[in-house]
Amino acid sequence: MSALKTLNGNQSIAEAVRQIDPDVLAAYPITPSTAIVETIAKFKADGMITGEFVCPESEHSAMSVCIGAASAGGRVMTATASQGLALMWEMLYIAAGLRLPIVAAIVNRSMSAPINIHGDHSDTMGARDSGWIQIYSENCQEAYDNFIQAFRIAEHLDVRTPVLVGLDGFIISHSMEVIQVEDDDEVKKFVGEYMPLYPLLDTSHKMTVGSIDFTDYYFEHKRSQLEGIENSPTVIEAVGKEFGQKFGREYGFFEEYRMDDAELCIVVMSSAAGTCKDAIDELRSEGKKVGLLKPRVFRPFPHKKIAEALKEMKAVAVLDRCSSPGAFGAPLFTEIRSGLYDYAERPRIVNYVYGLGGRDIKVEHFKEVASKLEKIAETGTVEEIYGYINLRE
Amino acid sequence: MRKETWKELTIGTINLDAGNSVKNLTGTWRSGKKPQFIEEHCIQCFFCWLYCPHFAILVEDGEVKGINYDYCTGCGICSVECPTKEKAIVMVEEEAELAEGSGK
Ligand code: SF4
Ligand code: SF4
Repeated sequence: MSALKTLNGNQSIAEAVRQIDPDVLAAYPITPSTAIVETIAKFKADGMITGEFVCPESEHSAMSVCIGAASAGGRVMTATASQGLALMWEMLYIAAGLRLPIVAAIVNRSMSAPINIHGDHSDTMGARDSGWIQIYSENCQEAYDNFIQAFRIAEHLDVRTPVLVGLDGFIISHSMEVIQVEDDDEVKKFVGEYMPLYPLLDTSHKMTVGSIDFTDYYFEHKRSQLEGIENSPTVIEAVGKEFGQKFGREYGFFEEYRMDDAELCIVVMSSAAGTCKDAIDELRSEGKKVGLLKPRVFRPFPHKKIAEALKEMKAVAVLDRCSSPGAFGAPLFTEIRSGLYDYAERPRIVNYVYGLGGRDIKVEHFKEVASKLEKIAETGTVEEIYGYINLRE
Repeated sequence: MRKETWKELTIGTINLDAGNSVKNLTGTWRSGKKPQFIEEHCIQCFFCWLYCPHFAILVEDGEVKGINYDYCTGCGICSVECPTKEKAIVMVEEEAELAEGSGK
C-alpha cells in the first residue's frame, strides 16, 4: 500500500532498492552514502530482498562487480559518494562504453583536498563526460522517485546507458522527511521485468564483450555509444510523465518556480532549490519578479529547453555547487550560457559558486543574488561574471 | 575487407562474431626470427604449447608436430621454455630460412 513514511535520503533510496530488488547490489560504504549500503545489507540479512549483495574491497571493485553482473545479464545497482565515485572513474567509462544500464545513487559530497565529508557537486560534475545520464534530486521524495525512474530510463532499449541519481550529502541524505512510499507491487510493475540484451550467461550464443579496438574501430564504437544518451530525452520525458500519471508526481528536465511573469531568474539544482523557493516567495511578496529554474537532468543537458525558458529574462544567475578550475565558468553556467548563444536577444548572465564542502546557503543569500540581478537588469551591464556566495573574502 | 559504419555496429561493443581472431594472421608481422622444430629432440612435454601467446604450436594426434607460421610472431618464448638439453625448438633467421627454401 502507498504510505507516508518518515525517512532520510539514504533510507529513501534503500526503500526504492527494496521494492525494485535488483539482481545484484555491489557497493563499498563511504560517508555520506554508507547508510544506503548498510540498509541494503540489513534487508538482505533479514531476507527482505533476493538480490545478491556484494561488498567488495573498494569502489573500483564495486563498479567492476556491477559491470560483470550487468554483462552477465542482471539488473544492477550501486551507491557511493565523493572519493568513492572518483575511485570508480575508469569503470564509469567502461560501464557507459559497454552500454550497461547500471543505476547508481550518488550522495553528492565534496572532493579532497582538504578532506571534507559534506555536500557539494564536485564528485558527479567531475564525471560529467563519463557517458552516464545524471539526474539530481531536491529532497528525499525526489531521490526516491528519481531512483525508481532511473531503472526505466537506463534499461529502455533506445537508451541502455547507465544512470546516476544525485542527492546532496547530509542535507538530503541525513535529513528526515515525510515521503510518499508507493506500493511495493506498483513500483515493481512500474519498473517492469528487465530484459538483458546480450547476456553472457546465455551460453547458446557466442560473443565477446569488451575486446580491444584499434584505430580502425574505436571511433565508430564511441560514436555509436552516443546514440544511447542522445535517444534518452524522449525516454526521460515519457517516464517522468508516466510516473506522474501513476503516482501523481510528474517529472521533466527541470522545474520552473514562479517563472510565469519573471524577469529575473535564479538557476540552482538539488537541495538549495528548496531554500531558493522560500526566497522567491519572499521576493515575490515584495513585488519583485524573480523566478527559479531548477535543472533536474544534467546529462543529457536540455540546452534548448532551458534556453527557451530563459531567453526572455532580463538577467539570470546560475549557481553552481562546484568550481571548474581554469574553465570559463562552473559546469551548469557554461552549459546554459552556451545554450543561449544562438539567440540574438538573450539575458545578461552571471555565475556564482556556492556551498562548497557543505557551506550553508540561506534565504538571505538568494535575496542578495536577486538584488544583484536587479542591478544588472537596470544597468544592462555585468560588472563581474563570476562570484562566490557566503565566502569570507 | 569493408569495415562497418558506426550505425552497423552492435550495441555496447559486443562482438557477435566471437573467435574471429583466427582471421587475424599475426604471423604477417613476425619479428624476423622464426622457431624451427626439431622433432628428434622433442620429449612432448607441451611447455611450448602452454606458453605460446598465439596458440601457434601445431598439435596433431596429441603430439607437438611443429609451428603454425600463420600465427607465429617469432617471439621466441617456445624456444626459451623448451626444457630439453638439445633444444627441440631453435630460433633461426627468417631470411636464411626462406633462402634455403624450407619452412613456410
Ligand atoms: S615464437 Fe612465439 S609465437 Fe612463435 S611459436 Fe614460439 S612462442 Fe609461439
Ligand atoms: S617444449 Fe620442446 S620438448 Fe616440450 S613439447 Fe615443445 S618442443 Fe617438445
